[in-house]
Amino acid sequence: MTLSQRLRDIDWIDVWLWIFRILIIVGVVIGIVRKLFFGAGTAYGVDDWLDFFISGLSQGGLYALIALGYTMVYGVLFMINFAHGEFFMSGGMAATYLVASTLAATGFMNEQPIIYLVLVMVFSVLTSMSVSLLTERIAYRPLRRAPRLVPLITAIGASFFWQYIFRGFFGSAVKAFPVPTILEGRVNVLGLDFLKVRLMVIIVSIVALIALYLFVQKTKTGKSIRAVAEDKDVAALMGIDVDRAIATTFAVGAMMAGIAAVLWGLVFKQVIFSMGFVPGIKAFTAAVLGGIGSIPGAALGGFFLGVIEAVGPPLILEGLGAPGAHQLKDVTAFLLLVLVLIFRPQGIIGERLAEKKA
Amino acid sequence: MNAIDWRRAIRIGLVLGVAVLIASVIGMVQTFDERDMIEDILTLGQLLLFAPAVYAGYSAAGKSEERRVAAPPLLAGLLAGLLTGVPAVLLVGLAGWWTTIRDYFVNVSPQLIDILTFGRGALQGSLMLLAVMAVLGLIGAAIHLIPARVRRPLVNATLITLIFSLFSDVPLNIANQFLPRDIVRRFFPTKGVTQLAAVIVFALSLAIALWWEFSGRTRRQQRMATITAEQRRRNSLIVLAVSAVLLLVLPSILGTFLTNVMTQVGTFILMALGLNIVVGFAGLLDLGYVAFFAVGAYVTALLTSTGDLGLGINFWIAMPIGVLAAVFFGIFLGIPVLRLRGDYLAIVTLGFGEIIRVLVRSDLLKPIIGGAQGILDVGRPSIGPLTLVTPQHYYYLLLAACLLALFVSWRLRDGRAGRQWMAVREDEDVAEAVGINLVGTKLLAFAIGAGFAGLSGAIFGSRVGSVFPNSFELLISINVLAIIIVGGVGSLPGVILGAFVLVGLPELLREFVEFRLLIYGILLIVMMLVRPEGLWPSAVRRREMHADEESPPSVAELEAPRHEATQPMV
Repeated sequence: MTLSQRLRDIDWIDVWLWIFRILIIVGVVIGIVRKLFFGAGTAYGVDDWLDFFISGLSQGGLYALIALGYTMVYGVLFMINFAHGEFFMSGGMAATYLVASTLAATGFMNEQPIIYLVLVMVFSVLTSMSVSLLTERIAYRPLRRAPRLVPLITAIGASFFWQYIFRGFFGSAVKAFPVPTILEGRVNVLGLDFLKVRLMVIIVSIVALIALYLFVQKTKTGKSIRAVAEDKDVAALMGIDVDRAIATTFAVGAMMAGIAAVLWGLVFKQVIFSMGFVPGIKAFTAAVLGGIGSIPGAALGGFFLGVIEAVGPPLILEGLGAPGAHQLKDVTAFLLLVLVLIFRPQGIIGERLAEKKA
Repeated sequence: MNAIDWRRAIRIGLVLGVAVLIASVIGMVQTFDERDMIEDILTLGQLLLFAPAVYAGYSAAGKSEERRVAAPPLLAGLLAGLLTGVPAVLLVGLAGWWTTIRDYFVNVSPQLIDILTFGRGALQGSLMLLAVMAVLGLIGAAIHLIPARVRRPLVNATLITLIFSLFSDVPLNIANQFLPRDIVRRFFPTKGVTQLAAVIVFALSLAIALWWEFSGRTRRQQRMATITAEQRRRNSLIVLAVSAVLLLVLPSILGTFLTNVMTQVGTFILMALGLNIVVGFAGLLDLGYVAFFAVGAYVTALLTSTGDLGLGINFWIAMPIGVLAAVFFGIFLGIPVLRLRGDYLAIVTLGFGEIIRVLVRSDLLKPIIGGAQGILDVGRPSIGPLTLVTPQHYYYLLLAACLLALFVSWRLRDGRAGRQWMAVREDEDVAEAVGINLVGTKLLAFAIGAGFAGLSGAIFGSRVGSVFPNSFELLISINVLAIIIVGGVGSLPGVILGAFVLVGLPELLREFVEFRLLIYGILLIVMMLVRPEGLWPSAVRRREMHADEESPPSVAELEAPRHEATQPMV
């Protein structure tokens, strides 16, 4: 082959993508090296890095909980439920305004902190579930056989609808989420120093994730969900009520979102009607990272994203000398999303299903 | 025997009642109540409260056209109307009993309760509300009893009067241009219309509608049947000439306020035409479209600004550079994402849009593009000695840009590129198999779409005079997407209509800006459920969307694997 012929055979898009990859890798390596060996930016000790890691882990737990809703719905319907962030928001808003603030005002919160947390969580979960079931019934179910982007657009519509309905209900101000005093301060576990809230978030999210996994794998309802995800028509022939299984999927995903909303309130100590959007997109990123459709994948993707987001800016961006690296936290997450979707749409650890379904 | 479906009547009444309740609790009724429609008779809030009762009565009484015994449908309407009022009455009761409800639901204010009870106290007012709702339901049901030929003109005239009084800003501003103020005042108080104006509009539209119903339609049909091809061509030429003249003189008819609204609409028409190529023609759902708008605006602003960050170059040189930058950026982003399909593409572009948004705000780029402070003193274009300053000037600039974009879209759609795009939209694999260069085709769509958005951004920055990160939220992307969906994906007149409906009308109802996105959300859902092809669809899509309604789906279609429905199509 002559040289000119070889040149003509090169796929220029591949070249471009390779340049892109190499640039990213070089940037990351330079950033890390400059940070760790030449002390660029603020100097952090080992404790600081551990702190970053732990807060990333607990943030990741929240992402994982929300990501489950995306991944399960995608698993059965092959649809990005854009409104899932709003299911999360609705639980947090309603529970804070209607239950948490009342119980905090009467002093019940600090007398019975555990019952308080359980009550708030149950209320949040119930709200999220009703919102998600309503959305599914009205905006998604009639469109089962429509082209795929039609439900995506109704999902965007539903997302705006719920945001502004809740804004109308409770107002547009930031509302403080009351945190019981026993959850303030730090605690030492296994030689590691945790913020109590962070530790609780990590534990609750892991327990919830395991419970969900067992539910999907071991119960009859879980089995019907898996069957519907495999093939709706065959599942229907086997006597499974497909609509019911899909509704259950939405309800379970919303349940996780409702739990996450209360934990979110505990960590950030405030709620607002627009709080669902960014966590929603990030949780979707987590779901994609782990290979969308897979439940363990979403969990791992969530923790991975949380840690990258916490450690990445100080480690890589400060190393590259970017000012205000903490502002760029969201960029890290979105950049990761874009890179994964472009270079590895099946997810970092995921199964190879994205190709045929995406 | 015409049996009335009582269960249906109850369901309709309750569903609409809950809708009324929610509209009240989120503060819509109260905010809308401050807006008069017909002076001293009707406010927008009352319309929101009462229209559902009429509609409930109308639909509970059934759709059937034939004559029947009057009593049961009327009763059904009465019941449905009554039920529409029940949730609101429950709210009144709840608010009376639970005095601190306002700490939880901020919009359940004493004023709201006053509106719901006509200011007569809880018990008497509630009974009154129920009675009014029931009577309105009855009226709704009674509409069926009017003969069809009278009913249609009557309903149309009522709707026209309501729309006229809702958007009274348009006739008000036009009248202000030509008539002395005290005459205008007689028809238009500050907001809404006077009773006199309402009566005139109603009478006029009723007369025209009646004439149309009884003789106009048949006459037109006869004329259309006898008209020759040549006459038809001449007629369309006349229409074209008249609309061209109208477009040229429009700013002097409309006045400054409405012209400003028009420039706003024009900005969005330009963007929507660009997104229409990407989404409508090529079928690539792009949710980060605002990024290209931002690139056009920022590049032009940086080049022309006379402030600290700018270079002070002439606008006419800077604008093409801004557009080229947007095109380049479109290609730059397009290359990596083109291999993705459908919803993954949507999410990646959304991610890109968000990255841009965070980046322009960050300290990282602050020395170059000004961070949250933005760029001030953006240069204005000048033609000879005339510098463009007023909305009127920008109206002409935008008109020219929109016509150019329209022309380009129209020619491309019917040309080779357009057919390639549509082939790719329908099925990528087949398109590739018949020899279409997928990458080139998609990149062309991305580049042209980005170019339109860049042009729109360049003009936008200059028109507003400054460029801030706030102007480039994700919302703009959603807004543009909503325009092309509501108008009709892939349809050029639809896109323009969509921009007027979704940008123009809300500008006229500025006081309700907090409910704008709520209404957008509802509109997107309702459109997809009821009329997925849009308000003014292209002929092809209309056929596609309703193909399955004409013939029932075959067994093979029903049992087809779900992956069949994966073509990236809106």
